[in-house]
Amino acid sequence: MTSRLWQLGFASRFFIAIFLYSGTSFRRFQLTLREVFFSGVMSLIIIMVSGLFVGMVLGLQGYDTLQRYGSAEALGILVALSLVRELGPVVAALLFASRAGSAITAEIGLMKATEQLSAMEMMAVNPIARVVAPRFWGGVISMPLLAALFSAMGIFGGYLVGVVLIGVDEGSFWSQMQATVDFREDIVNGIIKSFVFGVIVSWVAVFEGYDAEPTAEGVSGATTRTVVTSSLAILAADFVLTALMFRGV
Amino acid sequence: MNQEPLVQIRDLNFSYDNRKILSGINLTIPRGKVVAIMGSSGCGKTTLLRLIGGQLKPSSGEVKVNGQIVDQLDSAGLYAMRRRMGMLFQFGALFTDMSVFDNVAFQMREHTDLPEDLIHDLVMMKLHAVGLRGAQNLMPSELSGGMARRVALARSISLDPMLVMYDEPFAGLDPISLSVIGVLIRKLNDALGASSIVVTHDVQESLKIVDYVYFVSAGKIVAEGTADEIRQSKIPYVHQFVWGEADGPVPFHYPSMPYGDEMMQAVN
Repeated sequence: MTSRLWQLGFASRFFIAIFLYSGTSFRRFQLTLREVFFSGVMSLIIIMVSGLFVGMVLGLQGYDTLQRYGSAEALGILVALSLVRELGPVVAALLFASRAGSAITAEIGLMKATEQLSAMEMMAVNPIARVVAPRFWGGVISMPLLAALFSAMGIFGGYLVGVVLIGVDEGSFWSQMQATVDFREDIVNGIIKSFVFGVIVSWVAVFEGYDAEPTAEGVSGATTRTVVTSSLAILAADFVLTALMFRGV
Repeated sequence: MNQEPLVQIRDLNFSYDNRKILSGINLTIPRGKVVAIMGSSGCGKTTLLRLIGGQLKPSSGEVKVNGQIVDQLDSAGLYAMRRRMGMLFQFGALFTDMSVFDNVAFQMREHTDLPEDLIHDLVMMKLHAVGLRGAQNLMPSELSGGMARRVALARSISLDPMLVMYDEPFAGLDPISLSVIGVLIRKLNDALGASSIVVTHDVQESLKIVDYVYFVSAGKIVAEGTADEIRQSKIPYVHQFVWGEADGPVPFHYPSMPYGDEMMQAVN
Protein backbone atom coordinates (compact mmCIF):
# COMPACT_ATOMS: atom_id res chain seq x y z
CA MET A 1 0.00 0.00 0.00
CA THR A 2 2.82 2.38 0.93
CA SER A 3 4.66 1.64 -2.29
CA ARG A 4 1.45 2.27 -4.31
CA LEU A 5 1.03 5.64 -2.62
CA TRP A 6 4.69 6.43 -3.20
CA GLN A 7 4.29 5.56 -6.88
CA LEU A 8 1.16 7.70 -7.19
CA GLY A 9 3.09 10.60 -5.68
CA PHE A 10 5.94 10.01 -8.11
CA ALA A 11 3.50 9.84 -11.05
CA SER A 12 1.92 13.15 -9.95
CA ARG A 13 5.33 14.86 -9.70
CA PHE A 14 6.19 13.39 -13.08
CA PHE A 15 2.96 14.86 -14.52
CA ILE A 16 3.94 18.31 -13.22
CA ALA A 17 7.47 17.88 -14.59
CA ILE A 18 6.04 17.14 -18.06
CA PHE A 19 4.26 20.52 -18.01
CA LEU A 20 7.33 22.32 -16.64
CA TYR A 21 9.53 20.91 -19.39
CA SER A 22 7.02 21.19 -22.24
CA GLY A 23 8.63 24.29 -23.73
CA THR A 24 10.74 22.26 -26.15
CA SER A 25 7.67 20.39 -27.41
CA PHE A 26 6.13 23.66 -28.62
CA ARG A 27 9.28 25.60 -29.55
CA ARG A 28 10.45 22.70 -31.71
CA PHE A 29 7.01 21.58 -32.78
CA GLN A 30 8.42 19.10 -35.31
CA LEU A 31 9.35 16.86 -32.35
CA THR A 32 5.69 16.76 -31.28
CA LEU A 33 4.47 16.40 -34.87
CA ARG A 34 6.68 13.34 -35.27
CA GLU A 35 4.93 11.78 -32.26
CA VAL A 36 1.51 12.76 -33.65
CA PHE A 37 2.52 10.74 -36.70
CA PHE A 38 3.64 7.69 -34.70
CA SER A 39 0.75 7.77 -32.20
CA GLY A 40 -2.02 9.21 -34.35
CA VAL A 41 -1.42 8.50 -38.02
CA MET A 42 -0.14 4.98 -37.36
CA SER A 43 -3.33 4.25 -35.36
CA LEU A 44 -5.65 5.37 -38.17
CA ILE A 45 -6.35 1.95 -39.64
CA ILE A 46 -7.36 0.25 -36.38
CA ILE A 47 -9.44 3.29 -35.36
CA MET A 48 -11.25 3.66 -38.68
CA VAL A 49 -11.94 -0.04 -39.23
CA SER A 50 -13.16 -0.46 -35.64
CA GLY A 51 -15.32 2.67 -35.96
CA LEU A 52 -16.91 1.31 -39.13
CA PHE A 53 -17.79 -2.05 -37.54
CA VAL A 54 -19.06 -0.52 -34.30
CA GLY A 55 -21.31 1.78 -36.36
CA MET A 56 -22.58 -1.16 -38.43
CA VAL A 57 -23.39 -3.15 -35.29
CA LEU A 58 -25.17 -0.11 -33.84
CA GLY A 59 -27.19 0.14 -37.05
CA LEU A 60 -28.30 -3.50 -36.82
CA GLN A 61 -29.05 -3.52 -33.09
CA GLY A 62 -30.63 -0.06 -33.16
CA TYR A 63 -32.95 -0.92 -36.05
CA ASP A 64 -33.98 -4.19 -34.40
CA THR A 65 -35.10 -2.33 -31.27
CA LEU A 66 -36.48 0.85 -32.85
CA GLN A 67 -38.66 -0.88 -35.44
CA ARG A 68 -40.59 -2.63 -32.62
CA TYR A 69 -41.84 0.80 -31.59
CA GLY A 70 -42.27 2.08 -35.16
CA SER A 71 -39.38 4.50 -34.77
CA ALA A 72 -36.92 3.12 -37.30
CA GLU A 73 -36.42 6.66 -38.72
CA ALA A 74 -34.76 7.61 -35.44
CA LEU A 75 -31.89 5.24 -36.25
CA GLY A 76 -29.65 8.15 -37.29
CA ILE A 77 -30.14 9.84 -33.91
CA LEU A 78 -29.36 6.64 -32.01
CA VAL A 79 -26.21 5.92 -33.99
CA ALA A 80 -24.91 9.50 -33.89
CA LEU A 81 -25.59 10.18 -30.19
CA SER A 82 -24.19 6.81 -29.10
CA LEU A 83 -21.01 7.45 -31.02
CA VAL A 84 -20.46 11.14 -30.41
CA ARG A 85 -21.27 11.08 -26.70
CA GLU A 86 -19.89 7.70 -25.61
CA LEU A 87 -18.56 5.08 -27.96
CA GLY A 88 -16.40 7.39 -30.06
CA PRO A 89 -14.32 8.82 -27.20
CA VAL A 90 -14.33 5.66 -25.04
CA VAL A 91 -13.67 2.92 -27.62
CA ALA A 92 -11.18 5.08 -29.53
CA ALA A 93 -9.33 5.75 -26.27
CA LEU A 94 -9.27 2.04 -25.37
CA LEU A 95 -7.90 1.22 -28.81
CA PHE A 96 -5.43 4.09 -28.57
CA ALA A 97 -4.19 2.77 -25.22
CA SER A 98 -3.63 -0.68 -26.72
CA ARG A 99 -2.06 0.49 -29.97
CA ALA A 100 -0.16 3.71 -29.20
CA GLY A 101 0.05 3.75 -25.37
CA SER A 102 1.75 0.36 -25.20
CA ALA A 103 4.15 1.38 -28.01
CA ILE A 104 5.11 4.59 -26.18
CA THR A 105 5.76 2.67 -22.94
CA ALA A 106 7.83 0.02 -24.70
CA GLU A 107 9.88 2.63 -26.57
CA ILE A 108 10.69 4.73 -23.49
CA GLY A 109 11.27 1.60 -21.38
CA LEU A 110 13.72 0.21 -23.94
CA MET A 111 15.47 3.57 -24.20
CA LYS A 112 15.94 3.36 -20.43
CA ALA A 113 17.11 -0.27 -20.53
CA THR A 114 19.67 0.48 -23.25
CA GLU A 115 20.95 3.57 -21.37
CA GLN A 116 19.78 5.99 -24.07
CA LEU A 117 18.05 8.15 -21.44
CA SER A 118 21.19 8.14 -19.27
CA ALA A 119 23.27 9.06 -22.32
CA MET A 120 20.94 11.96 -22.99
CA GLU A 121 21.27 13.17 -19.40
CA MET A 122 25.05 12.98 -19.67
CA MET A 123 24.84 15.09 -22.83
CA ALA A 124 23.08 17.78 -20.78
CA VAL A 125 19.77 17.11 -22.52
CA ASN A 126 16.77 16.63 -20.25
CA PRO A 127 15.02 13.37 -21.29
CA ILE A 128 11.68 14.60 -19.94
CA ALA A 129 11.85 17.63 -22.24
CA ARG A 130 13.32 15.82 -25.25
CA VAL A 131 11.68 12.36 -25.10
CA VAL A 132 8.73 12.34 -22.68
CA ALA A 133 6.96 15.68 -23.27
CA PRO A 134 6.76 15.41 -27.10
CA ARG A 135 5.27 11.92 -26.78
CA PHE A 136 2.80 13.12 -24.15
CA TRP A 137 1.61 16.05 -26.27
CA GLY A 138 1.62 13.93 -29.42
CA GLY A 139 -0.85 11.59 -27.69
CA VAL A 140 -2.98 14.43 -26.30
CA ILE A 141 -3.28 16.04 -29.75
CA SER A 142 -3.95 12.74 -31.55
CA MET A 143 -6.69 11.42 -29.26
CA PRO A 144 -9.55 13.90 -30.06
CA LEU A 145 -8.77 13.65 -33.78
CA LEU A 146 -8.89 9.85 -33.66
CA ALA A 147 -12.13 9.90 -31.63
CA ALA A 148 -13.70 12.24 -34.20
CA LEU A 149 -12.65 9.93 -37.04
CA PHE A 150 -13.97 6.92 -35.11
CA SER A 151 -17.36 8.60 -34.73
CA ALA A 152 -17.44 9.69 -38.39
CA MET A 153 -16.65 6.18 -39.58
CA GLY A 154 -19.21 4.76 -37.13
CA ILE A 155 -21.95 7.03 -38.47
CA PHE A 156 -21.01 5.97 -41.99
CA GLY A 157 -21.20 2.31 -40.88
CA GLY A 158 -24.65 2.95 -39.36
CA TYR A 159 -25.72 4.58 -42.63
CA LEU A 160 -24.48 1.62 -44.68
CA VAL A 161 -26.44 -0.89 -42.61
CA GLY A 162 -29.50 1.23 -41.83
CA VAL A 163 -30.08 3.00 -45.14
CA VAL A 164 -28.25 1.02 -47.81
CA LEU A 165 -28.78 -2.51 -46.47
CA ILE A 166 -32.06 -2.39 -44.49
CA GLY A 167 -33.72 0.46 -46.35
CA VAL A 168 -34.42 3.09 -43.65
CA ASP A 169 -35.40 6.37 -45.28
CA GLU A 170 -32.23 8.30 -46.07
CA GLY A 171 -33.83 11.74 -45.56
CA SER A 172 -35.11 10.77 -42.12
CA PHE A 173 -31.79 9.23 -41.16
CA TRP A 174 -29.78 12.40 -41.84
CA SER A 175 -32.35 15.12 -41.07
CA GLN A 176 -33.30 13.70 -37.66
CA MET A 177 -29.63 13.35 -36.82
CA GLN A 178 -28.97 16.95 -37.89
CA ALA A 179 -31.93 18.27 -35.92
CA THR A 180 -31.18 16.39 -32.71
CA VAL A 181 -27.40 16.30 -32.29
CA ASP A 182 -26.42 19.50 -30.49
CA PHE A 183 -23.02 20.98 -31.18
CA ARG A 184 -22.35 22.28 -27.66
CA GLU A 185 -24.10 19.55 -25.72
CA ASP A 186 -23.00 16.52 -27.67
CA ILE A 187 -20.04 17.21 -29.93
CA VAL A 188 -18.08 19.57 -27.67
CA ASN A 189 -18.64 17.31 -24.66
CA GLY A 190 -17.42 14.36 -26.73
CA ILE A 191 -14.29 16.30 -27.68
CA ILE A 192 -13.69 17.24 -24.02
CA LYS A 193 -14.01 13.57 -23.06
CA SER A 194 -11.55 12.43 -25.71
CA PHE A 195 -9.11 15.18 -24.68
CA VAL A 196 -9.26 14.00 -21.04
CA PHE A 197 -8.79 10.38 -22.16
CA GLY A 198 -5.83 11.49 -24.28
CA VAL A 199 -4.20 13.06 -21.22
CA ILE A 200 -4.86 9.91 -19.15
CA VAL A 201 -3.50 7.44 -21.71
CA SER A 202 -0.46 9.56 -22.60
CA TRP A 203 0.38 10.24 -18.94
CA VAL A 204 0.11 6.57 -17.97
CA ALA A 205 2.10 5.48 -21.04
CA VAL A 206 5.04 7.85 -20.59
CA PHE A 207 5.13 7.32 -16.82
CA GLU A 208 5.13 3.53 -17.04
CA GLY A 209 7.91 3.66 -19.65
CA TYR A 210 10.03 6.05 -17.60
CA ASP A 211 9.44 4.11 -14.38
CA ALA A 212 9.98 0.64 -15.95
CA GLU A 213 12.60 -1.71 -14.55
CA PRO A 214 15.40 -1.60 -17.13
CA THR A 215 15.07 -5.31 -18.01
CA ALA A 216 13.12 -7.27 -20.64
CA GLU A 217 10.70 -8.43 -17.94
CA GLY A 218 10.39 -4.89 -16.57
CA VAL A 219 9.50 -3.39 -19.95
CA SER A 220 7.01 -6.16 -20.66
CA GLY A 221 5.34 -5.60 -17.27
CA ALA A 222 5.22 -1.84 -17.82
CA THR A 223 3.57 -2.28 -21.23
CA THR A 224 0.87 -4.51 -19.71
CA ARG A 225 0.31 -2.03 -16.86
CA THR A 226 -0.14 0.80 -19.37
CA VAL A 227 -3.00 -1.01 -21.11
CA VAL A 228 -4.68 -2.20 -17.90
CA THR A 229 -4.31 1.03 -15.91
CA SER A 230 -5.28 3.39 -18.71
CA SER A 231 -8.29 1.24 -19.71
CA LEU A 232 -9.63 1.23 -16.15
CA ALA A 233 -8.90 4.95 -15.76
CA ILE A 234 -10.71 5.72 -19.04
CA LEU A 235 -13.85 3.85 -17.94
CA ALA A 236 -13.84 5.45 -14.49
CA ALA A 237 -13.25 8.92 -15.91
CA ASP A 238 -15.99 8.35 -18.47
CA PHE A 239 -18.50 7.70 -15.70
CA VAL A 240 -17.47 10.86 -13.84
CA LEU A 241 -17.49 13.01 -16.99
CA THR A 242 -20.85 11.63 -18.15
CA ALA A 243 -22.36 12.33 -14.73
CA LEU A 244 -21.06 15.91 -14.87
CA MET A 245 -21.96 16.61 -18.50
CA PHE A 246 -25.27 14.86 -19.13
CA ARG A 247 -27.11 14.62 -15.82
CA GLY A 248 -30.72 15.72 -16.24
CA VAL A 249 -30.45 15.81 -20.04
CA MET B 1 47.55 25.78 -18.75
CA ASN B 2 45.68 25.26 -15.49
CA GLN B 3 47.76 22.83 -13.43
CA GLU B 4 44.97 21.92 -11.01
CA PRO B 5 43.86 18.30 -11.59
CA LEU B 6 40.67 18.08 -13.64
CA VAL B 7 38.96 15.61 -11.28
CA GLN B 8 39.65 15.35 -7.55
CA ILE B 9 37.82 12.87 -5.36
CA ARG B 10 38.28 13.10 -1.59
CA ASP B 11 37.02 10.65 1.07
CA LEU B 12 34.13 9.57 -1.13
CA ASN B 13 31.54 7.22 0.34
CA PHE B 14 28.45 6.00 -1.45
CA SER B 15 25.68 3.60 -0.43
CA TYR B 16 22.51 2.34 -2.12
CA ASP B 17 19.99 2.18 0.73
CA ASN B 18 22.12 0.50 3.42
CA ARG B 19 24.45 -1.33 1.00
CA LYS B 20 27.88 0.25 0.93
CA ILE B 21 29.21 0.53 -2.64
CA LEU B 22 32.21 2.86 -2.31
CA SER B 23 34.15 3.69 0.79
CA GLY B 24 36.93 6.20 1.42
CA ILE B 25 37.81 6.74 -2.25
CA ASN B 26 40.59 9.26 -2.96
CA LEU B 27 41.74 9.76 -6.52
CA THR B 28 42.98 12.41 -8.90
CA ILE B 29 42.71 12.71 -12.67
CA PRO B 30 45.35 15.13 -14.01
CA ARG B 31 44.66 17.21 -17.10
CA GLY B 32 45.67 15.66 -20.41
CA LYS B 33 46.10 12.14 -19.00
CA VAL B 34 44.34 8.84 -19.59
CA VAL B 35 43.57 7.15 -16.29
CA ALA B 36 42.13 3.66 -15.91
CA ILE B 37 39.91 2.52 -13.06
CA MET B 38 40.10 -1.26 -12.91
CA GLY B 39 38.46 -3.89 -10.84
CA SER B 40 36.23 -6.93 -11.12
CA SER B 41 32.57 -6.67 -12.10
CA GLY B 42 30.34 -5.11 -9.45
CA CYS B 43 33.16 -3.47 -7.50
CA GLY B 44 31.72 0.05 -7.96
CA LYS B 45 33.60 1.33 -11.03
CA THR B 46 30.54 2.45 -13.00
CA THR B 47 29.05 3.98 -9.85
CA LEU B 48 32.21 6.06 -9.57
CA LEU B 49 31.69 7.37 -13.12
CA ARG B 50 28.07 8.23 -12.35
CA LEU B 51 29.20 10.17 -9.28
CA ILE B 52 31.70 12.13 -11.38
CA GLY B 53 28.98 12.86 -13.97
CA GLY B 54 26.56 13.98 -11.26
CA GLN B 55 24.00 11.25 -11.96
CA LEU B 56 24.40 10.10 -8.35
CA LYS B 57 25.12 12.07 -5.19
CA PRO B 58 27.75 10.90 -2.71
CA SER B 59 26.72 9.82 0.79
CA SER B 60 29.72 11.76 2.05
CA GLY B 61 32.95 13.17 0.66
CA GLU B 62 33.56 15.34 -2.34
CA VAL B 63 33.79 15.00 -6.13
CA LYS B 64 35.35 18.06 -7.73
CA VAL B 65 35.44 18.52 -11.52
CA ASN B 66 37.27 21.50 -12.98
CA GLY B 67 37.21 23.17 -9.55
CA GLN B 68 33.45 22.71 -9.03
CA ILE B 69 31.96 20.39 -6.42
CA VAL B 70 29.58 18.31 -8.50
CA ASP B 71 26.85 17.57 -5.96
CA GLN B 72 26.59 21.24 -4.98
CA LEU B 73 25.71 22.35 -8.52
CA ASP B 74 22.10 23.22 -9.31
CA SER B 75 20.58 21.58 -12.37
CA ALA B 76 21.62 24.43 -14.72
CA GLY B 77 25.19 24.27 -13.38
CA LEU B 78 25.26 20.51 -13.69
CA TYR B 79 24.04 20.62 -17.30
CA ALA B 80 26.60 23.35 -18.10
CA MET B 81 29.33 21.09 -16.69
CA ARG B 82 28.05 18.05 -18.62
CA ARG B 83 28.28 19.98 -21.88
CA ARG B 84 32.03 19.84 -21.34
CA MET B 85 31.99 16.11 -20.63
CA GLY B 86 31.63 13.15 -22.94
CA MET B 87 30.63 9.66 -21.93
CA LEU B 88 30.84 6.40 -23.80
CA PHE B 89 28.44 3.85 -22.38
CA GLN B 90 29.16 0.15 -22.16
CA PHE B 91 27.20 -0.82 -25.29
CA GLY B 92 27.25 2.58 -26.96
CA ALA B 93 23.72 3.68 -26.00
CA LEU B 94 23.20 5.06 -29.49
CA PHE B 95 19.77 6.53 -30.19
CA THR B 96 18.16 3.72 -32.14
CA ASP B 97 15.70 5.95 -34.00
CA MET B 98 18.49 8.12 -35.47
CA SER B 99 21.11 7.46 -38.13
CA VAL B 100 24.84 7.48 -37.37
CA PHE B 101 25.04 11.06 -38.67
CA ASP B 102 22.14 12.25 -36.49
CA ASN B 103 23.57 10.53 -33.42
CA VAL B 104 26.84 12.43 -33.77
CA ALA B 105 25.05 15.68 -34.64
CA PHE B 106 22.65 15.33 -31.69
CA GLN B 107 24.53 17.45 -29.15
CA MET B 108 25.50 20.07 -31.73
CA ARG B 109 21.85 20.54 -32.66
CA GLU B 110 20.70 20.56 -29.03
CA HIS B 111 23.32 22.94 -27.64
CA THR B 112 24.44 25.19 -30.47
CA ASP B 113 22.90 27.39 -33.15
CA LEU B 114 25.36 26.25 -35.78
CA PRO B 115 24.03 26.17 -39.36
CA GLU B 116 23.30 22.72 -40.76
CA ASP B 117 26.13 22.82 -43.33
CA LEU B 118 28.68 23.54 -40.58
CA ILE B 119 27.22 20.73 -38.44
CA HIS B 120 27.61 18.47 -41.47
CA ASP B 121 31.31 19.33 -41.75
CA LEU B 122 31.90 18.85 -38.01
CA VAL B 123 30.12 15.50 -37.98
CA MET B 124 32.20 14.36 -40.95
CA MET B 125 35.38 15.34 -39.06
CA LYS B 126 34.33 13.33 -36.02
CA LEU B 127 33.29 10.31 -38.09
CA HIS B 128 36.50 10.52 -40.10
CA ALA B 129 38.48 10.48 -36.84
CA VAL B 130 36.90 7.13 -35.91
CA GLY B 131 37.08 5.80 -39.48
CA LEU B 132 33.33 5.69 -40.10
CA ARG B 133 32.67 8.59 -42.47
CA GLY B 134 31.27 6.06 -44.95
CA ALA B 135 28.74 4.77 -42.39
CA GLN B 136 27.01 8.11 -41.86
CA ASN B 137 23.66 6.97 -43.27
CA LEU B 138 23.48 3.63 -41.47
CA MET B 139 21.11 3.04 -38.57
CA PRO B 140 22.48 1.69 -35.25
CA SER B 141 20.85 -1.69 -35.92
CA GLU B 142 23.03 -2.04 -39.04
CA LEU B 143 26.31 -1.59 -37.13
CA SER B 144 28.57 -4.25 -35.63
CA GLY B 145 29.46 -3.98 -31.92
CA GLY B 146 32.83 -2.40 -32.71
CA MET B 147 31.34 0.11 -35.16
CA ALA B 148 28.62 1.07 -32.68
CA ARG B 149 31.28 1.71 -30.05
CA ARG B 150 33.22 3.90 -32.51
CA VAL B 151 30.11 5.91 -33.40
CA ALA B 152 29.44 6.36 -29.69
CA LEU B 153 33.02 7.53 -29.32
CA ALA B 154 32.54 10.09 -32.12
CA ARG B 155 29.33 11.23 -30.42
CA SER B 156 31.03 11.58 -27.03
CA ILE B 157 33.63 13.97 -28.47
CA SER B 158 31.21 15.93 -30.66
CA LEU B 159 31.53 19.10 -28.56
CA ASP B 160 35.28 18.69 -27.89
CA PRO B 161 34.88 17.89 -24.17
CA MET B 162 37.46 18.52 -21.46
CA LEU B 163 36.74 15.12 -19.89
CA VAL B 164 35.75 11.87 -21.60
CA MET B 165 34.55 8.94 -19.53
CA TYR B 166 34.55 5.43 -20.94
CA ASP B 167 32.44 2.75 -19.29
CA GLU B 168 33.83 -0.67 -20.27
CA PRO B 169 34.82 0.44 -23.81
CA PHE B 170 36.38 -2.95 -24.60
CA ALA B 171 33.53 -5.20 -23.45
CA GLY B 172 32.45 -7.80 -26.00
CA LEU B 173 34.73 -6.66 -28.83
CA ASP B 174 36.82 -8.81 -31.18
CA PRO B 175 40.62 -8.33 -30.94
CA ILE B 176 40.83 -5.97 -33.94
CA SER B 177 37.98 -3.72 -32.76
CA LEU B 178 39.42 -3.83 -29.26
CA SER B 179 42.76 -2.60 -30.47
CA VAL B 180 41.14 0.09 -32.66
CA ILE B 181 39.13 1.44 -29.73
CA GLY B 182 42.22 1.46 -27.51
CA VAL B 183 44.25 3.43 -30.05
CA LEU B 184 41.37 5.85 -30.64
CA ILE B 185 40.97 6.57 -26.92
CA ARG B 186 44.64 7.50 -26.65
CA LYS B 187 44.85 9.48 -29.91
CA LEU B 188 41.62 11.40 -29.40
CA ASN B 189 42.60 12.28 -25.84
CA ASP B 190 45.92 13.70 -27.00
CA ALA B 191 44.43 15.46 -30.04
CA LEU B 192 41.67 17.12 -28.00
CA GLY B 193 43.92 17.93 -25.05
CA ALA B 194 41.25 16.31 -22.89
CA SER B 195 41.46 14.00 -19.88
CA SER B 196 40.05 10.49 -20.04
CA ILE B 197 38.80 8.04 -17.45
CA VAL B 198 38.60 4.46 -18.67
CA VAL B 199 36.61 2.10 -16.49
CA THR B 200 37.51 -1.40 -17.53
CA HIS B 201 38.50 -4.89 -16.53
CA ASP B 202 40.40 -5.49 -19.75
CA VAL B 203 43.89 -5.29 -18.27
CA GLN B 204 46.23 -5.96 -21.18
CA GLU B 205 44.57 -3.60 -23.65
CA SER B 206 44.15 -0.74 -21.20
CA LEU B 207 47.69 -0.99 -19.80
CA LYS B 208 48.94 -0.26 -23.33
CA ILE B 209 47.25 3.14 -23.50
CA VAL B 210 46.86 4.57 -20.01
CA ASP B 211 49.12 6.87 -18.00
CA TYR B 212 47.95 5.80 -14.55
CA VAL B 213 45.81 3.07 -13.02
CA TYR B 214 43.63 2.84 -9.92
CA PHE B 215 42.53 -0.61 -8.76
CA VAL B 216 39.17 -0.84 -7.01
CA SER B 217 38.07 -3.85 -5.01
CA ALA B 218 34.98 -4.11 -2.81
CA GLY B 219 34.44 -0.34 -3.10
CA LYS B 220 37.96 0.65 -2.03
CA ILE B 221 41.11 1.64 -3.89
CA VAL B 222 43.55 -1.18 -3.22
CA ALA B 223 46.40 -0.18 -5.54
CA GLU B 224 47.51 2.54 -7.90
CA GLY B 225 50.44 3.28 -10.15
CA THR B 226 51.70 3.53 -13.70
CA ALA B 227 51.15 0.68 -16.15
CA ASP B 228 54.62 -0.75 -15.45
CA GLU B 229 54.18 -0.51 -11.68
CA ILE B 230 50.88 -2.35 -11.96
CA ARG B 231 52.40 -5.10 -14.12
CA GLN B 232 55.12 -5.65 -11.53
CA SER B 233 52.87 -5.29 -8.50
CA LYS B 234 53.23 -7.91 -5.75
CA ILE B 235 49.89 -7.07 -4.19
CA PRO B 236 48.04 -10.44 -4.36
CA TYR B 237 44.75 -9.03 -5.69
CA VAL B 238 46.46 -6.94 -8.39
CA HIS B 239 48.72 -9.83 -9.35
CA GLN B 240 45.75 -12.18 -9.69
CA PHE B 241 43.82 -9.63 -11.72
CA VAL B 242 46.64 -8.60 -14.06
CA TRP B 243 47.71 -12.17 -14.81
CA GLY B 244 44.20 -13.57 -14.87
CA GLU B 245 44.72 -16.30 -12.27
CA ALA B 246 41.65 -18.41 -11.51
CA ASP B 247 42.23 -18.59 -7.75
CA GLY B 248 43.72 -16.16 -5.28
CA PRO B 249 42.36 -13.39 -3.04
CA VAL B 250 39.28 -13.47 -5.27
CA PRO B 251 38.25 -17.09 -4.63
CA PHE B 252 37.13 -19.46 -7.36
CA HIS B 253 34.30 -20.82 -5.21
CA TYR B 254 31.28 -18.80 -4.14
CA PRO B 255 31.02 -18.99 -0.31
CA SER B 256 29.26 -22.22 0.72
CA MET B 257 29.29 -24.94 3.38
CA PRO B 258 32.18 -27.42 3.28
CA TYR B 259 31.97 -29.78 0.28
CA GLY B 260 32.06 -32.90 2.46
CA ASP B 261 29.19 -31.67 4.64
CA GLU B 262 27.12 -30.92 1.56
CA MET B 263 27.68 -34.46 0.19
CA MET B 264 26.84 -36.08 3.52
CA GLN B 265 23.70 -33.99 3.76
CA ALA B 266 22.59 -35.32 0.36
CA VAL B 267 23.32 -38.92 1.43
CA ASN B 268 21.43 -38.49 4.73
